[in-house]
Amino acid sequence: MPIVQRCTVVEMTPLNDSTWWMTLEVGKLVEEQGLRAGQFLHVACGEGNLLRRPISVAYALEDEPENTATLIFEVKGAGTRWLSRRRAGDVVDVLGPLGNGFAVEEGGRYLLVGGGIGVPPLLGYAEGFHKNTVAVLGFRSADRVILADRFRNCCKEIYLCTDDGSMGRHGFVDAQVRDILAKDKNFTAILACGPRPMLKSVAQAAAAYGVPCQVSMEERMACGVGACLGCAIQMADGTMKHVCKDGPVFDAGEVDWNV
Amino acid sequence: MCKVDLSVDLAGVRLKNPIVTASGTFGFGREYGQFYDLSQLGGICAKGLTLHRREGNPPPRIAETPMGILNSVGLQNPGVDAFIAHELPELRRHDLAVIANISGDTPEEYGILCEKLSAAGVDMIEVNISCPNVKAGGLAYGTRRSLAAEVTRVAKAHAGVPVMVKLSPNVTDITEIAKAVADAGADALSLINTLRGMRIDVNTRRPILKRNTGGLSGPAVLPVAVRMVWEVANAVDLPILGMGGVACGEDAAQLMLAGASAVAVGTACFADPYAPLRVRDELAELACSQGLDKVSDLTGGVRPW
Repeated sequence: MPIVQRCTVVEMTPLNDSTWWMTLEVGKLVEEQGLRAGQFLHVACGEGNLLRRPISVAYALEDEPENTATLIFEVKGAGTRWLSRRRAGDVVDVLGPLGNGFAVEEGGRYLLVGGGIGVPPLLGYAEGFHKNTVAVLGFRSADRVILADRFRNCCKEIYLCTDDGSMGRHGFVDAQVRDILAKDKNFTAILACGPRPMLKSVAQAAAAYGVPCQVSMEERMACGVGACLGCAIQMADGTMKHVCKDGPVFDAGEVDWNV
Repeated sequence: MCKVDLSVDLAGVRLKNPIVTASGTFGFGREYGQFYDLSQLGGICAKGLTLHRREGNPPPRIAETPMGILNSVGLQNPGVDAFIAHELPELRRHDLAVIANISGDTPEEYGILCEKLSAAGVDMIEVNISCPNVKAGGLAYGTRRSLAAEVTRVAKAHAGVPVMVKLSPNVTDITEIAKAVADAGADALSLINTLRGMRIDVNTRRPILKRNTGGLSGPAVLPVAVRMVWEVANAVDLPILGMGGVACGEDAAQLMLAGASAVAVGTACFADPYAPLRVRDELAELACSQGLDKVSDLTGGVRPW
């Protein structure tokens, strides 16, 4: 059950010129409400920004005296700009936990596929399945790369791709995903988060090799709790689901990718 | 602590306090019912219902604007029968007025909806003739006097509970529609629905909303709502549920002074799930500080120049 609480910022670190690592003290949100990576917190972003901003949890810990949650976000507009100006000791108003997160089973073998600011929500899974995951991480260019060392430390293998070839493989992640699956498709599932076109091509690759695929989706959101029906995603069966309440993680097979 | 009587009467429906949640912002109460007991509210205007299930508009459906929000949800709902079977019994577990909000493609559909919902035992029906986000019905009924009157007549003929008609602000003179609806037998009016608006991404040159335009709500529309409630209160002798950008007790008091008997809170819930309760408490405090015995004494109390 989600709650509203005021959370103290305990760490605020830039990862590049527009991406921030923000760790919050979240009371008992992890041990009592089960907050975990892949879910999101709905963060109030100051006067004048009417709507909260949904930000995925990169990982959550049962720290003492308070549990902590790390949010990694990119400055995209007025709200995230306000958020990027918070510093350790500041307090932010947070609604959560919200959303479902990826469905994983212990001992599973997962292929993590992230693009840009879609990489952080996979971090908790990379660390949770220590040395048993393969990660494919895509960025626009070398200067946009984030968290590569952290993934390198906890994944069995990691592949970097950049759109311009300035680091790692030149091109999009789906080409790398296809190469991996061509040699070894024995994964419990692909867990993917990133821009919609990337998710679509990863979903196609997964379908082509018969590997289950879960995708974490984004849509403009208002209430965050399922009341306003704003953050709709069209499903293959013609119905609508909502990122906040039914997602943000969906089975790639149920999403209508052709809209 | 000062004791103010918060109860109000809306067309014969007793509300224990004047705060209602606005249709489309509060679902059927389940989501916000996780945060507090819905019995603390005066009432709920439930998510707009149609005869058959509707999936609504393609996304994006939401765009933030200066002190406001544009939405283009498009009446997504499970259909009236699903509401009666699954949502109404759940709402009935709480002590609050249940106001069903309905939209039809034809006047006949409004009639069928009124019959079903009256039989199911809702306390009141809010007739939506002002949704800006659907093609058929919706706003078309709310911007033409003869159509608004016809829908009202059909609804009244088929409803066994009070009928409240929700007016659109997207008209030149809202009092003309209000009068037409009053003459057709409406028991109450609610206003304002959202104002049509648009936001464009200057880089892609695309509107943010997939349907290009949507309905504006939030603090930005409050002064328009206050003005229109005042105009309508002066033009017709019907109780009014006032709404539009209410975010605090003072906002609610403005609408009541302008002529509203009760006030709906909507968009404010998105930022603060507790907004309706906070508005209620702030309103009580304000009434108390002015030495009022009952909050209903605010209604129509504006002293215009």
